[in-house]
Amino acid sequence: MSAAYRPSTGYRTATTIAAWVLGILWLSPLLYAIWTAFHPAAYSTRFVLGAPLTLENFVRAWHAAPFSRYFFNTTIIVIMIVGAQCVLCTLAAFAFARSKFRGRDILFSLVLLQLMISPDILAVVNYRTIRALGAVDTLFGVALPYLTSAFGIFLLRQTFMTVPRDLEDAARIEGCGTLGVLWRVYVPLARPVYLAYGLVQVSFHWNNFLWPLIITNSVETRPLTVGLSVFSSVDQGIDWSVITAATLMTSGPLLVGFLVFQRQFVQSFMRAGIR
Amino acid sequence: MTNITRRTAMGAAAGLALAAGLTASTAVSAQQAMELRFYYPIAVSGPITKIIDGYAADFEKLNPGVKIKPIYAGDYVQTIGKALTAMKGGDTPEMAILLAADIITLTDENAVVAIDDLIKSDADKAWLGGFYPGFMENAKLGGKTYAIPFQRSTPVLYWNKDMFKEAGLDPEKGPANWQEMMDFAKKLTKKDASGNVTQWGVQVPTDGNTSWLFTGLTTANGVRLVDPEGKKTNFADPKVVESLQYLIDLSKAGVQPPGLTSWGTTPKDFLEKKLAMMWTTTGNLTNIKGNATFPFGVAMLPAKANFGAPTGGGNFYIFKNIPAEKQKMALEFVKFMTTPERAAEWSIATGYVATSQAAYDTKVMKDYIASFPQAAVARDQLKYAVSEITVHEGQRVMKVFNDSLQAAITGSKPAKTAMEDAQRDAERILKDYR
Amino acid sequence: MTHQPAADSTAFAASAAGPARQSPWQRWSGSVEAWLLLLPSVVLLATFTHIPIVATLIDSFYSTPRPNRPSRFVGLRNYEDMVADPLFWKVMWNNAVYAVGTIPLSIALALAMALFVNDRIPGRGFLRMAYFTPTVLPMIAVANIWLFFYTPDYGLLDQVLRLFGVGATNWLGMQETALGAIITVAVWKEAGFFMIFYLAALQQIPPDLREAAAIEGASRWTFFRRVTWPLLAPVTLFVLVNAIINAFRTVDHILVMTHGGPDNATNVLLLMIYETGFKFWDQGAATALTIVLLAVLSGLALFQFVVASRRVHYQ
Repeated sequence: MSAAYRPSTGYRTATTIAAWVLGILWLSPLLYAIWTAFHPAAYSTRFVLGAPLTLENFVRAWHAAPFSRYFFNTTIIVIMIVGAQCVLCTLAAFAFARSKFRGRDILFSLVLLQLMISPDILAVVNYRTIRALGAVDTLFGVALPYLTSAFGIFLLRQTFMTVPRDLEDAARIEGCGTLGVLWRVYVPLARPVYLAYGLVQVSFHWNNFLWPLIITNSVETRPLTVGLSVFSSVDQGIDWSVITAATLMTSGPLLVGFLVFQRQFVQSFMRAGIR
Repeated sequence: MTNITRRTAMGAAAGLALAAGLTASTAVSAQQAMELRFYYPIAVSGPITKIIDGYAADFEKLNPGVKIKPIYAGDYVQTIGKALTAMKGGDTPEMAILLAADIITLTDENAVVAIDDLIKSDADKAWLGGFYPGFMENAKLGGKTYAIPFQRSTPVLYWNKDMFKEAGLDPEKGPANWQEMMDFAKKLTKKDASGNVTQWGVQVPTDGNTSWLFTGLTTANGVRLVDPEGKKTNFADPKVVESLQYLIDLSKAGVQPPGLTSWGTTPKDFLEKKLAMMWTTTGNLTNIKGNATFPFGVAMLPAKANFGAPTGGGNFYIFKNIPAEKQKMALEFVKFMTTPERAAEWSIATGYVATSQAAYDTKVMKDYIASFPQAAVARDQLKYAVSEITVHEGQRVMKVFNDSLQAAITGSKPAKTAMEDAQRDAERILKDYR
Repeated sequence: MTHQPAADSTAFAASAAGPARQSPWQRWSGSVEAWLLLLPSVVLLATFTHIPIVATLIDSFYSTPRPNRPSRFVGLRNYEDMVADPLFWKVMWNNAVYAVGTIPLSIALALAMALFVNDRIPGRGFLRMAYFTPTVLPMIAVANIWLFFYTPDYGLLDQVLRLFGVGATNWLGMQETALGAIITVAVWKEAGFFMIFYLAALQQIPPDLREAAAIEGASRWTFFRRVTWPLLAPVTLFVLVNAIINAFRTVDHILVMTHGGPDNATNVLLLMIYETGFKFWDQGAATALTIVLLAVLSGLALFQFVVASRRVHYQ
């Protein structure tokens, strides 16, 4: 009966072609990176079928910079930030969603200010603060300004406010304290939000560049992005073979992670109803 | 967040240890390790850090109780920023390799010590006198020496011998002067049937720090861009305008790609056989030698009134406000790093110009040049070389100058107007220094 | 705590609703608890956002400290210098062009992509992944890859254009094309990210709506305009806010690809702040520029709240 609505073949073909053209365009930097990373430098700008394959670029990239250390640094920074955000934003969001106290609305709008103004914009002053705390060139110093987030607070508050009061009351009758209620009732119901928000934050901080560039000085603290920029500096002439190999190595974990979790990712966004 | 508390605790502990180290360092005993922090700009790729680490280890072996800690801090701009920030935070490093052109910034900040004040013996004086005068030019200020040349470079002209042969030119001779470079480039430029250029005659990369290679043109044209004290610029000089016009005319004549050309991709363009001639730093020699699939030649930058080129790269600086023993030991390290043998080895490994005649007189260097004569060109050019732009507020003056050069090259301003604008802006920036 | 009707449905008018049924003691202990929950976040936000804003504002009235000239109060001089600097206006203009160039285009493409992969289309899983790749690749690394795409003559773009008989173009080296090239990279980076949000929202639209519309004989376009688009309004707003923030915050690729050149054709506000603050070490000028950026962003935030409270119901 909905035959009338079935798209015409012409329409279908047109959208399919458009979708694939966009898809190829969007994938092209990754395709190029794969091509160049696996072929000798002589083929880095020439696309010839049957060009010899090699892993040498990866070996060179791996030895050219302490990537294992950079990996470790980035991982620690991301874990610190996302872990802290999940806890601190949850606590704050709960207070905003369910408590009443004097000045709540003013405080909430002050928090929302940070939605637009992220710490990297205030780098000049924040650098001074971190220096005063003696945390310049430490992993903690990279993470510190991001340990809580207005976006996270806002998102979780929206979710918590949709939780029926009855559930909370039932838990309290069973003897749960505030933290118990939070842990037993609110957090489980907001799981998709945590997943979606967490993934956005992981991707953001895995790729964050300007702030770590300013605040780190040494191999021991530099994250992957800053390591990559030092490494791909063009003073000696650009070497795309090694750069693409390094790019694939450094974004590999996220890329694979996304491929594996693609379905859950989209679905959790769906259920999170981020808006 | 046990993770965080633990890290804070660790940070605090490290801070305490550092503070203790600082107070104790005034009376370093033989048993206690003396740590020398050494900021090094790693603007070049990885293997370099291994060489530096190796030198540091060798020095530690010769001087028990001394620990050299190299800090690889990014490119030159980031490194000076980080070294100065550390100093202002009361955590002064002992030494650093920073841009030779940053000497004025460093003395303005009262950050570095005059090397003459550390030197007593005649042997030391002889050592100081051994460096090429071309490199010492911006190591001195107001009659005092504040820096020791280390990784110095100068631009040269590379050419593709096959293309020269094909165009009927002598493959063993690069262009000697501006006119020849233009004429050669015209012969070397090739177009396909539809009029698109498939091979360019010449490329002088112009993005980023445009002023460096441009100094090669102005020097050849017999004009200096700044005064020796670094308080006055000379951007609007007719000879500067003429030099800029020549650069623009290369593109107008259709022998150089239009618009800004990229530092990063120029060597690749050359290796891809898209260019017959290119200007770039000697620091690229090792790269080109390793990757070129054709014979290539290296020549001095072409002359106009005379030959001329800028020097660039980094010098050793020793910081003020550190204990005298540390300054002394830092000087020992600098001497160790600049011995003729090490300078020769460093030059061969990196392509930088060795900093003294004695280095070129070593056997390894002589053998190297015999097998690869292109490596000697930079040295021979040194007698015509001048320091790159060295002024107060260096980064800022450089920016207005580069912006104006780029405006003229991309055609948004005539050369004369652009240089007058640059001069006006530089005057405004430098007015407080007169 | 007390039983209370779910009255707090809006963000800002909650405290007025509902009669107080708590004892003063309960209310007091409730407040203490709330403040304890808020404390870590509030301290962090204040330390790294609110206090810095105030400090930046104060600093912008002082001259830059130099070794032999300590900082002193100069009133509005930093702002006067800034306004007198033609570079400032050029950078503001560039940033406006960059925003106008990236925001609508990336949102439109994101929506188109989401609509494509929401339908049954051959290779749907592959396309979803393709669209999303920019989000996982670090900008600093892909900027180098884009550098290759834009390289004259043998760069990918010129290799493709040559098939159509177009000659080599110096995309990043000409003032006319450099900003456009930078904008393209930003659109590529953002559209894939925003696509996810649209896709999630599209999947929540009940299929019955479609069938009902089909029965009534509504065209595809009418259905999109009357049903889909209005239902997507909250997502569009969310995406718009993110797009605006990013338009003023993304400088990674500019740092790698052009350093703001040729002749500042690709220089934007945050890049200028970075250079002034961390290259010239001119605190006075950098803080004045930061205040401008803050003003722009707060203005946009205010605008968003006005629109949001009128059009979209957060609950």
